[in-house]
Amino acid sequence: MAAAVGRVAHFAGRGLHAAVTPRWFPQQILRQLGAIGFLSLPVVGMTAWFTGAALALNIYSSGDRFNAEQVMAQIVALGITRELGPVLAALMLAGRVAAAIASEIGAMRATEQIDAMVTLSTDPFRYLIAPRLIAAIIALPLLTLVADIIGVAGGWQVAIHMLGTSPQIYIANTADFLTAWDVESGLIKAAVFGFIVGLMGCYHGMTAVGGARGVGRATTQAVVSSAILILAADYLLTSLFTRL
Amino acid sequence: MSAVSGIEVPKLEWRSVAKRFARAPVLDGLDLAVAPGRSLVLIGGSGQGKSVTLKIALGLMQPDAGQVLLDGVNVTALSENERRPLFSRIGMLFQGAALFDSLTIWENVAFRLVHSDGIPRREARERAIAAMHLVRLSPDVAQLYPGEMSGGMQKRVGLARAIVGQPDILFFDEPTTGLDPITAAAIDELIVDKVRSLGCTAVSITHDLASARTIADEVAMLYQGRIVWRGPVRELDTTENPYVRQFVGGSSQGPIDANV
Repeated sequence: MAAAVGRVAHFAGRGLHAAVTPRWFPQQILRQLGAIGFLSLPVVGMTAWFTGAALALNIYSSGDRFNAEQVMAQIVALGITRELGPVLAALMLAGRVAAAIASEIGAMRATEQIDAMVTLSTDPFRYLIAPRLIAAIIALPLLTLVADIIGVAGGWQVAIHMLGTSPQIYIANTADFLTAWDVESGLIKAAVFGFIVGLMGCYHGMTAVGGARGVGRATTQAVVSSAILILAADYLLTSLFTRL
Repeated sequence: MSAVSGIEVPKLEWRSVAKRFARAPVLDGLDLAVAPGRSLVLIGGSGQGKSVTLKIALGLMQPDAGQVLLDGVNVTALSENERRPLFSRIGMLFQGAALFDSLTIWENVAFRLVHSDGIPRREARERAIAAMHLVRLSPDVAQLYPGEMSGGMQKRVGLARAIVGQPDILFFDEPTTGLDPITAAAIDELIVDKVRSLGCTAVSITHDLASARTIADEVAMLYQGRIVWRGPVRELDTTENPYVRQFVGGSSQGPIDANV
């Protein structure tokens, strides 16, 4: 266990060093931003809308026990921006992106493409790993911002169409209640989760052994380890933020 | 028998190289050297350490003991960053060609030029197409992807990628494996032609004795992690060495353990 943590930490250190020092490959970073960020918009958007809408329904149907329906807009906004937006967007990316990265890099490893890259005087950490880490760290906060807006919109739509709440009052309650830190803390979490998704995809892909079976195993491990680390990091970051 | 036959200043040398996997020795004090401008073919059965020998020379694998010297410089003592510039002098053709799936053919061939040498894409494309011409590939295939080509054409692309940087050492890993005899002969001819025209030193590993007879100046046989015979290619069929006799004859009887 300790050895595995050490290997991941060493890999993360090499990846971060490659990400923050030249030489960069801008075309690869843009390509990964498209693959990780833009192409994840539909799944993240739908997840956020349904979550915001379900949250509003739950607060309305159960909230009357302690008059919480009066603060539905505030609870939806707080829940989405601080917790559900970043966590659910990250979990969606763990399934979609960490798996894709691990299987692509794992297949490259199995077919000697990464060895070929080394013999062509190109560092795989700069060409393959750093662009994916950079793209994931940038893309997930942007996706989270979108998820925040769509999630709040989902709650708003349920509130006004199904529960008869005034749209203006709902928006005013949301805007008056939310602070910048509510959104910022979610975006900081998202950047950390993005790093975890990129790192787990790249690490398990680069260390895949055993041909097609090994690539399959690496893909599964990338998704599972990303999801667990995201939830663990969420708890640690939330603990840290509540003390600030 | 000497593993280093009459070489004064080797271009490339493995000196007492050892490598074990899961406690089983793969290379056991390997001594081997190649003179500048010569083509050495390493033969031997499956699992005898031929690919490991190549990977250690390329820095893709670290030996447990011993050294690899390139022009007298111990490259095994260098860090990855220190070793990387040396790769600009090396070309490698992988067994499965190892082309990058997501790049077009010309981008594969020009990969080193664009990403390592910093040559502008337009110029790199011209040089890539010139290299493709040398291996008899039409410029029409420049925009195709590797998945759209046959195995033989992929090997040609791999060869073009290996020679585009004007290397002074070329490595070939099973260059004709999986190809039909005619395509294999064409690849062998290209290898001989390019190695001679570029004045390169070449190191190849193969099971294919017809290929070895075509591309080799010298042949070395690897068995149980050591060189058991080395000689000019013309002696491959006349040597009395029992290992070579058994291997060339394809016999299950002899000093080589034929258990599978």
